[in-house]
Amino acid sequence: MTAPTVTLSGVAKRYGRIEAVKNVSFELEQGQTVALVGHNGAGKTTLIKLMLGLIRPTQGTVQVLGEDPARGDFAVRQRLGYLPESVSFHMALTGRETLAFYARLKRVDMSDMEGLFERVGLAPAAADRPVRTYSKGMRQRLGLAQALLGAPRILLLDEPTSGLDPALRRNFYELVSGLRSAGTTILLSSHALTELEDRTDRVIIVNEGVAIADGTLEKLRGIARLPTRISVTLADGAGITAPSGGQVAWKAIRDRTFEAEVAPENKISILRDVTADPAAVAALHVVEPTLDELYAHFLGGRGMTR
Amino acid sequence: MNNILIVARKEIQEGLRNRWVLATTLLLAALALTLSFLGSAPTGNVGVNQLDVVIVSLSSLTIFLVPLIALLLAHDAIVGEVERGTMLLLISYPISRRQIVFGKFLGHLAILAFATLFGYGTAAAALAMTGTEIGLASWWAFLAMIASSILLGMVFIAIGYVTSALSSERSTAGGIAIGVWLFFVLIYDMALLGALVAAEGRPLPSGLLDVLLVLNPTDAYRLLNLGSGEAGALSGLGGIAGHTGLNGPMLVAALVAWIAAPLALALRIFSRREL
Repeated sequence: MTAPTVTLSGVAKRYGRIEAVKNVSFELEQGQTVALVGHNGAGKTTLIKLMLGLIRPTQGTVQVLGEDPARGDFAVRQRLGYLPESVSFHMALTGRETLAFYARLKRVDMSDMEGLFERVGLAPAAADRPVRTYSKGMRQRLGLAQALLGAPRILLLDEPTSGLDPALRRNFYELVSGLRSAGTTILLSSHALTELEDRTDRVIIVNEGVAIADGTLEKLRGIARLPTRISVTLADGAGITAPSGGQVAWKAIRDRTFEAEVAPENKISILRDVTADPAAVAALHVVEPTLDELYAHFLGGRGMTR
Repeated sequence: MNNILIVARKEIQEGLRNRWVLATTLLLAALALTLSFLGSAPTGNVGVNQLDVVIVSLSSLTIFLVPLIALLLAHDAIVGEVERGTMLLLISYPISRRQIVFGKFLGHLAILAFATLFGYGTAAAALAMTGTEIGLASWWAFLAMIASSILLGMVFIAIGYVTSALSSERSTAGGIAIGVWLFFVLIYDMALLGALVAAEGRPLPSGLLDVLLVLNPTDAYRLLNLGSGEAGALSGLGGIAGHTGLNGPMLVAALVAWIAAPLALALRIFSRREL
């Protein structure tokens, strides 16, 4: 078992009278892909800045690769890659000059710049044009290229897919899964949850500066106990009555189609009851709760306890 | 150390790309050429070394123009990058804020030095090519004038960084920079003149005059270039120079202090700024 690459313990950050982050603790293991999810202004960017050592916590400690990132000779930053939210560059320089500048600062060999441009999908012709002429997507790709300089062990990506079209988004997640298998720890923040499904090992939900949920998607689903929606369409021969199944409240949606919300622990037995006579069932849909519903649940639950 | 050079190189690259270097060099060269040929016409051939005339007129030009160029270059340096969002990425790299400020300073200094050297240099070269005889002493005075002009530029680059580190918006930094320029170039001397008039001819204690002249970097520059030798006689500033206890090295030291103090202040403000 390797030591965690990032450790936050009891971290709080206050800006004047505003508490951006309150008592947050978590660890990121090596090779994990973690999604940091929350509304705009929930404290995601502040957490990332704390991990980069750009700001110091008011309370608690931040450890990145065993060091305090805000202290010392910034050696730890050599092994970090960061993509800021809505990244911007010096407009007058070309993409190639921009990347060369950052590569020099990170003491990275510049011989493989072509490969890097190719990986993020920036054409060589575009790399020689001034950044001024770039579209949002191209700028984002250049941003990703600079974050990948020097094969960092930890990648901190703040809203990496905002402004990308669906094709680029898919491209981006392919890149991320490639990095994940290479053992890179990736933290990406987002407020678009549905696109994260199946792409992260773990989700941390932040609201008003507090980490309100932390775990794998399965674990979070278990905690939330959100009902699974089952809809059944009965075959022609069967009677037009709701399927049997004890304590379930079936609702008629359309002719012969019934829907029910079932608790996770009853799911299997109800499915067995419904499918007891295969000939009677024309169609069956089982819809697990989506990430958006999960997210709404955690935010809602938080609101109620107040 | 290396990081400073990397940042300086990027600043120069940007200066070349957005035509800052070209524009300032051309502007200084055009004005210098105009002054050296039109300005020397009335003096005719009365035995005054022509290059000395050029030194006097170029020094007066420098006092207005070089601080303005320096402030225009510098006021954007920190707040501009913060506002555009490039600073956030830069400080996430293994580079200290001190290295960022020094690197920018070195880059801006190089741009300004290039413009001054080549802009003013063309005037001297043109004068030499038209067959004017120029003494060795005049050449040295001319070189000293260029060197001190660059020194004056450095002062205002450093002051520009202070306004840039203080402001939260570019427009604020620009406004403060214009205010600083007006104060040092126009208002300060007018106020000083007013005070002398109000004193009704009573001589100021010479120590006070020295302090007042050193408290404004443009006055220190003026005295340095116009206060002695041929130039002193031509500009009429030799009179004041005779009354102060300030000599060349002291004036240079004052200018250096005027560079170091604002630069240290800008660094202090920038280091404490949270992004």
